[in-house]
Amino acid sequence: MTATGPATVPATAALALGDDALVLSHRLGEWAGHAPVLEEEVALANIALDLLGQARVLLSLAGDEDELAYLREERAFRNLQLVEQPNGDFAHTIARQLYFSTYQLLLHTELAAGNGPFAPLAAKAVKEIAYHRDHAEQWTLRLGDGTEDSHERMRRASEALWRFTGEMFQPVEGLDADWAGMEERWLESVRDVLTRATLTVPEGPRTGAWSAGAGRQGLHTEPFGRMLAEMQHLHRSHPGASW
Amino acid sequence: MATAAAQRTAGTQPDGDGVPDTADTADTAAYQRAFDAAVAADERVEPRDWMPDAYRATLVRQIAQHAHSEIIGMQPEANWITRAPSLRRKAILMAKVQDEAGHGLYLYSAAETLGTGRDELLDKLHSGRQKYSSIFNYPTLTWADVGAIGWLVDGAAITNQVPLCRCSYGPYARAMVRICKEESFHQRQGYESLLALSKGTPEQHAMAQDAVDRWWWPSLMMFGPPDDESQHSAQSMEWKIKRHSNDELRQRFVDICVPQAESLGLTLPDPDLRWNEERGHYDFGVIDWTEFRDVLKGNGPCNEQRITQRRRAHDEGAWVREAAAAYAAKHTGTAGAAGHKTHETGAARA
Repeated sequence: MTATGPATVPATAALALGDDALVLSHRLGEWAGHAPVLEEEVALANIALDLLGQARVLLSLAGDEDELAYLREERAFRNLQLVEQPNGDFAHTIARQLYFSTYQLLLHTELAAGNGPFAPLAAKAVKEIAYHRDHAEQWTLRLGDGTEDSHERMRRASEALWRFTGEMFQPVEGLDADWAGMEERWLESVRDVLTRATLTVPEGPRTGAWSAGAGRQGLHTEPFGRMLAEMQHLHRSHPGASW
Repeated sequence: MATAAAQRTAGTQPDGDGVPDTADTADTAAYQRAFDAAVAADERVEPRDWMPDAYRATLVRQIAQHAHSEIIGMQPEANWITRAPSLRRKAILMAKVQDEAGHGLYLYSAAETLGTGRDELLDKLHSGRQKYSSIFNYPTLTWADVGAIGWLVDGAAITNQVPLCRCSYGPYARAMVRICKEESFHQRQGYESLLALSKGTPEQHAMAQDAVDRWWWPSLMMFGPPDDESQHSAQSMEWKIKRHSNDELRQRFVDICVPQAESLGLTLPDPDLRWNEERGHYDFGVIDWTEFRDVLKGNGPCNEQRITQRRRAHDEGAWVREAAAAYAAKHTGTAGAAGHKTHETGAARA
C-alpha cells in the first residue's frame, strides 16, 4: 500500500470483500478429489487459491488473517449469502461462480480505476477474476447448450441461486462504487450469457425482506454454520498454537 | 528428438504406428538390434520409434499406475483442505492437491503417446485392473498426517522418481523432470509443517510423532517388494526404465531420513534402526510384507473408500462430460463465441 496506509482502509469493507473470497474459496476447496474431469480439479483448485490469496490480503488489512478466519462466529462474518451456498451439483457451482465472478469483476474494475485504498489490490485481483468469469461463462454455455439433462440442471441452478443475487448491490460502507449502475451492468452481462446458453433469465425475486443485504449484516443461511464448524474446529482446538 | 538409431528404424515405418507392418522376422530382428543399441547408448526412445511390445506394455503399466497414484493420492490430503488450521497452510495444501491433478494429466499424456487413451486407463483404474500406490490406502487421521505425507511419502516418491528423469522413454523422462521439481517443493513444505508441529505445543509435538509412527513403514513399502521378489525389476533395469533396484532406493531413503528425523526432533518407529559403520549405511528392521501384500490385494484400511470416491466422482460427472461433448459437436467449425475447437473440424453440426 502507498500513501494511504492500511490504517485508512475501512475495516467493514475489507471484511466484506475478504469474507466473500474466503468463504467461496472454502466451498471450491470442497470439490478437491470430486470434480467431473481432471481438468476441473485443476481449474476449481486454481480459482479457490486465487480467492484465498485475495482473502488473505483483505483480512490482513482488517486485522490478523487467522484470528479473523478462525475465531469469529457466524454472526460476525460479512460475506454474501450467495458465496456460502453449498456446492450442489456442478451446475449449481457454476451458476454461483457466474453470478459472483460477474459481480466481483464489475466491482474490482471500478475499484481499480478509482484512487481509493483498495485500488492496488483490486488491480491485481481483476486479472484473476477475469479468468474466473471466463471459466464460469464457458461452462454455463456448455451446460446450458449441451444435452437436455445438462440444460435442465443449469436452468434449475440458475433459478435456485437467483434470490441471492440482489444483496450484491446493497452499498457496503467504505466502498465507493456506483451500485445501481453496477447492478444494471450485472443484469445485462448475466442475461447475455444465459441467453447464449439457451436459458432464460430467472423470474423470481432477487431480494426479499430477509435476503436483502442480510449476509453483510451477519445474517446467514443455515449451511454456513456447519461450514464454519468444519473450517474452524482444529484451529479452535489448539488455542494460541502456531502452525 | 528421436535418436539416431531410432530414426533409422522409424524411417522404415512411414506410418509411424510403432508396429511393424509385416511379420517379417528379419525386419523385426533389425528393429530389435537398433532399439537395443539405442538403449545401450543411453539414447531416448520416442513415441514414433519401434519398440518391443513388452517394453511398450511395461511402460503403459508403470506410467498408468503412476498417473493413477497422483489422482488417488489427492484424496488423503484433500481430506484436510477444509480443516487446515491456518490460511497459509490451507493455501499450500490446495496448491499441492492441484499440482497432483496436474501431474496426473502429464502422466496420462505420456501414457497416451504409447497408443492408449486416458478414458481406457481410467476405466482400468475404476475396475481395479490397474493399481495405484499402496500408500494411499492409509487414512489421514490428524493434521500432522499432511506434514508426514509431505516429508515421508513425497520424499520416497522423489527418491524413486529422480532416476526416472533419465528413463529410456523420452516422454516419461520429460514428465518426471517437471514433476520432480514440484514434488521437491512439496516435500520441503511437508518437512517445514512437521517442524512447526514438533517445535509447537506438547499436543502438537505428540500429533507429529504419532503421524510419523504411522507413516514410516508404509513409506518404506513404497519402494516395492525386496529385490529377490520383484518380478519386473531385472527386465526394467535392462531397458533402462529403472536405474536402481528397490532395495537400493529404499536404503538411500532410510539414510536420508534418519538425520532429518533427528533435526525434526522426532523418532522413527524402528528399534533395529542403527548406523552400520562397516556398510556405511543405516541398518533397519524387517518390513511387514504380509501387510504390504494385503493392502495391494485391496484389504488396506482405505482401498474400498478410495476407489468408491473415484468412481463416484467419475460417474456423477458423466453428465458434465456429455454436455461438453454435445456442445463441442454443435459448435465445431463455427467461429462461435466460445471459440472452442476440436480436431473433428469436419464434423457436421448436430
